[in-house]
Amino acid sequence: MRHFSGGFATLLYKELLRFWKVSFQTVAAPVLTALLYLLIFSHVLEEHVQVYGSIRYTAFLVPGLVMMSVLQNAFANSSSSLIQSKVTGNIVFVLLPPISYREFFAAYVLAAAIRGIVVGLGVLLVTVWFVQLPYRNPLWILAFALAGGAILGALGVIAGIWADKFDQLAAFQNFLIMPLTFLSGVFYSIHSLPAFWQEVSRFNPVFYMIDGFRYGFFGVSDVSPWTSLAVVGGCFVVLTGFTLWLLKIGYKLRA
Amino acid sequence: MIPAIRVEQVAKRFGPVQALAGVDLVVEQGEFFGLLGPNGAGKTTLISALAGLVRPDSGRLEVMGRDVVQDYRAARRLLGVVPQELVFDPFFTVRETLEIQSGYFGIRNNDAWIDEIIDNLDLRAKAHVNMRALSGGMKRRVLVAQALVHRPPVIVLDEPTAGVDVELRQGLWQFVRRLNRDGHTVVLTTHYLEEAESLCGRIAMLKQGRIVALDTTDNLLRSFSGHSLRVRLAPGGRLPPSLLARLSEEKDGFHAFRLDSFQEVTSILDALRATGCNIEDMEFGKPDLEEVFVSVMQKETA
Ligand SMILES: Nc1ncnc2c1ncn2[C@@H]1O[C@H](COP(=O)(O)OP(=O)(O)OP(=O)(O)O)[C@@H](O)[C@H]1O
Ligand SMILES: [Mg+2]
Repeated sequence: MRHFSGGFATLLYKELLRFWKVSFQTVAAPVLTALLYLLIFSHVLEEHVQVYGSIRYTAFLVPGLVMMSVLQNAFANSSSSLIQSKVTGNIVFVLLPPISYREFFAAYVLAAAIRGIVVGLGVLLVTVWFVQLPYRNPLWILAFALAGGAILGALGVIAGIWADKFDQLAAFQNFLIMPLTFLSGVFYSIHSLPAFWQEVSRFNPVFYMIDGFRYGFFGVSDVSPWTSLAVVGGCFVVLTGFTLWLLKIGYKLRA
Repeated sequence: MIPAIRVEQVAKRFGPVQALAGVDLVVEQGEFFGLLGPNGAGKTTLISALAGLVRPDSGRLEVMGRDVVQDYRAARRLLGVVPQELVFDPFFTVRETLEIQSGYFGIRNNDAWIDEIIDNLDLRAKAHVNMRALSGGMKRRVLVAQALVHRPPVIVLDEPTAGVDVELRQGLWQFVRRLNRDGHTVVLTTHYLEEAESLCGRIAMLKQGRIVALDTTDNLLRSFSGHSLRVRLAPGGRLPPSLLARLSEEKDGFHAFRLDSFQEVTSILDALRATGCNIEDMEFGKPDLEEVFVSVMQKETA
């Protein structure tokens, strides 16, 4: 592979080292956040809600929280790394070497997905004490975690390149990423929503990531996992294409 | 021999600013080359275009015969750039920074060379210190080190001595001179003209994105500056008409005469003695680059 010649491996390693060195903020903190959600929502709703007939609400909630953590942290990783490098100017260290735009993309996105999955594993680990999950189909779990992490990692690359200031990045996060993840069925099955909002949810790609991910645990879901995989795969292809194009023309990176 | 750097008709505009307005330049291998010009002249833009950080609107650039766009992998391996801005990655130590930079160029097991750079730039005591904790001058040294990790044959330093103390400056020049003696081509921008004068064999002066002077340092000094004799006369003394015609400058009570050869000193002094003038003070002026710089820039404004 001429295109992945050392520069890629090092950039990936650097991106992993970057979050690992501050893992208290980048891993422990989001795991704690997810745990708080779990404690509060399961306490309030456990007695009142049953999903898919027989599944306890807490069991239903955990995969949603795991996936939400994967997605949000994947986005946070690539976007914050890039904007920090741009604002401080040290992005030149990556732009001066013979690293192709494909290697650049692959390293940032893969590192983001890995950070997301590490946090997701952390959430799974701390919730072991609350609920036993069936893990019906681990391949689906892995596929959706990877694809979701990669998609949000790519979105993070776009946001990190586009934003000139930290508050622009925060706007991207607050007005796009947060609503998409919160309104995606993390906390509820969309079948419990009124018909109109069920329809609206079907336009949210994150809904398919979470639904497919949940299917891997329970073998039940709101839509077929194949449909979810198709939607998620389609999103990945489109976003990858767009991000690669931005990197190729050097948008906001090479003047 | 393939030139170390070839710049052909490179133009670059940032909105209303024409940062580069058709620059042509060839730097041969092994040269120590100076790129001078006032703030905003386009020096950094030219260097950035060479490094692929800026995409020129037109024209082309090559490093050791490799096109910086078409053949960017080869071109970037052949080039080491010390950026003007003092940038660093606060997540890493000095040594980690250098190892990572090495890896970006696909070089593993570069420890021996990294050690050598660290020693030469006097960074040994700071090797395992986080970048954040370094002083400005130390960070500058790391930037120089980073530009050298892949042993590039062509090294470009964009104001490497801004904000750097005398000791490091001398240490840095000693190191860079040695690299140059070992065959590396060195291109330097600086606002310290004495530095450029003593280091650079050839100099280009840039103004508003154009090269306005390009020659060997010696030729530039000869054509725009030179030796001069400056005399201050005792009160009441007046220059004879023969000398008035030769006067090149009058400043701080001194009369300055440009010398094309030292033989002229005798004739000037003879003429003064003939009119009975007493000399109160006398000094020689050496050619200097600052004078060249000022007159080149003024000429271009006119
Ligand atoms: N990214 C950019 N966006 C807009 N304008 C720019 C950009 N980079 C440079 N310029 C403008 O281009 C011109 C040339 O700038 P450049 O940095 O090349 O000058 P310089 O010769 O390096 O100056 P200095 O000695 O101050 O470093 C300036 O007018 C500058 O404002
Ligand atoms: Mg500059």
